Amino acid sequence: MNIHEFQAKEVFSRYGIPVPRGIVATTPEEAKAATAELGGQSVVKAQIHAGGRGKSGGVKLVRSPEEASEVAQTMLGTNLVTPQTGPEGAPVEKLLIEELADIKQELYVALTIDRDHRGPALLVSTQGGMDIEEVAANNPEDIHTEPVDPLSGLMPFQTRRLVRKLGLDQSVASEAAKVLSALYRVFVENDCTLVEINPLIITSEGHVVALDAKINLDDDSMFRHADLLAYRDVSQEDPLEAQASDLDIAYVNLDGDVGCLVNGAGLAMATLDVTNAAGAAPANFLDVGGGATPEKVSSAVKIILSDPKVKRVLINIFGGILRCDIAGEGIVMAYKETGSTVPLVVRMLGTNVVEGKEILGASGLPVVFADTLTDASNAIKQIKV
Amino acid sequence: MGVLVDETTRVLVQGITGKEGSFHARGCMAYGTNVVAGVTPGKGGTMFDDKVPVFNSVEEAVAETQANMSLIFVPPPFAPDAILESADAGIPLIACITEGVPVQDMVKVYRYIENKPTRLIGPNCPGLINPGAKCKIGIMPGAIHLPGRVGVLSRSGTLTYEAVGQLTTLNLGQSSCVGIGGDPIIGTNFVDVLRLFDADPDTDAVVMIGEIGGTMEQDAAAFIKAEFSKPVAALVVGASAPPGKRMGHAGAIITGESATAEYKIAALTDAGAWVIPTPADIGTTAQEMLRSKGLLT
Repeated sequence: MNIHEFQAKEVFSRYGIPVPRGIVATTPEEAKAATAELGGQSVVKAQIHAGGRGKSGGVKLVRSPEEASEVAQTMLGTNLVTPQTGPEGAPVEKLLIEELADIKQELYVALTIDRDHRGPALLVSTQGGMDIEEVAANNPEDIHTEPVDPLSGLMPFQTRRLVRKLGLDQSVASEAAKVLSALYRVFVENDCTLVEINPLIITSEGHVVALDAKINLDDDSMFRHADLLAYRDVSQEDPLEAQASDLDIAYVNLDGDVGCLVNGAGLAMATLDVTNAAGAAPANFLDVGGGATPEKVSSAVKIILSDPKVKRVLINIFGGILRCDIAGEGIVMAYKETGSTVPLVVRMLGTNVVEGKEILGASGLPVVFADTLTDASNAIKQIKV
Repeated sequence: MGVLVDETTRVLVQGITGKEGSFHARGCMAYGTNVVAGVTPGKGGTMFDDKVPVFNSVEEAVAETQANMSLIFVPPPFAPDAILESADAGIPLIACITEGVPVQDMVKVYRYIENKPTRLIGPNCPGLINPGAKCKIGIMPGAIHLPGRVGVLSRSGTLTYEAVGQLTTLNLGQSSCVGIGGDPIIGTNFVDVLRLFDADPDTDAVVMIGEIGGTMEQDAAAFIKAEFSKPVAALVVGASAPPGKRMGHAGAIITGESATAEYKIAALTDAGAWVIPTPADIGTTAQEMLRSKGLLT
């Protein structure tokens, strides 16, 4: 789960990580009042769940409360397109109005799970404010990585080592080390998969401030973070993806016209690949999961059918825990309830496959059966759209 | 032979009295697996299906039944505890089926078992099966398997069944199939299992099913190139996935170029693996590979 910058900064503040004074605004009037309160100048920052805002007009420096109001007017209610959003962009409903920062130096700091070391890793770089992927590609020696043993946690000698590698003055070093330790606590105590500050600045007075803040949370940890769940902003999610997520269905919206329903994530990815190889384009990834009921399968089919892009449907069920008859019932239920006539290709294998096919065969739905993945992709290709 | 499990495997099921645990424990027993104990704290002293004694702790179960493998079905909040309990009791092999264990719990679990004589398969995996030994320890449909000489390893569940189904249809039996799990942090990786297949006299060749996310396929490719002695047919799924989106599995997410299917396929091609063009061609590619190596007449 992603959260907004202003929410991430709330979390930072709770852990004593300094952030600029800031006020959230949802109207031009609020942006104006906030800027006045911050001394008449501010930075107006669009709150969306994607990076690359600076280059895309989502971060603006304003010199007066009136200008803040004008800028807010142009940002609010629009969709901001950045290199990290799709072409449709992400809706701007909230702005973070922040005091101006006095930047002497910009650093980069991040914590993530390093899959190679199978543990957390703390990354720092003097190349703050840059696209870190570019730094990694062009100047990898500028990124210093410190793997952390999760049982002992981040030790003080490690933060001192990183601060040394950043070449910071002694006067700033202890403050910077404190921020790194606090950041590790943020990462662990909130079950983050990523915490990133880009840039972490040193002010001319020698203070360390998190000018930006990014936190990604582990979806699988939400059972112990009811408080963080309140940070979810559904407006930033694809509507069909949000609906699926509420039903505990793994769904990703794609560009094509073949709606896909599969049990199992690997088989679902494989089904998309086979569809693409056959020259048809999948409209979505959907893993309905193992222990699905007819109602859950029906909900999943309805999500697919509610997508206007979908002109044909491919169902691929390898019956194991999910029985084919349950899948069949769910599919028929969804088609009956929606009255849809979108043609479908069904490939079923495994547990109760005969019953599953009988249910679909007797339903009167526009269904074509396929035995293998190759047959299924050929059958999809033959449906004219 | 086969790898990791066989006729001598004595299985303990953690969470045997739960819905998933009881269903799959029965499935394993029906296939021929020697399930010797169950563990559910608070239900010790009872019998599961009048056949399997249930204990309050793994420690007691091991002392009473000499169980040497644990199969875990407990819900995500309790799975790390279950894994550590088995490791603490000296169980040498654990398969954790549970999906949805928080990644920060898994990094601690991994550190804990790293230097212990315990191997963990999973979590978020279908388990493992040795068809020749009639030993199924996991949630896979047993009936699709055929005893034989191809080793199968995979990050996926149902896609592994797809692979096995295609092999069996072409009468290509399996020595062992190991589902290592779809999470970012798992106990046993591709290279670990490839080493076992390399040493197994009953495995002639391997079918490996990878996917987007992480760099485990590249590690496998480097190992295949450097020291693996048997032919490998490899598939990497997820070429159609957009970057930054979690494709069902917590580990299947493109976070950079090295996590893409294209990059992984290039590494495997370079390593001399038989790259399976699409998921529909798993069986036929394996067949072609075995024929060309003179392993199939």
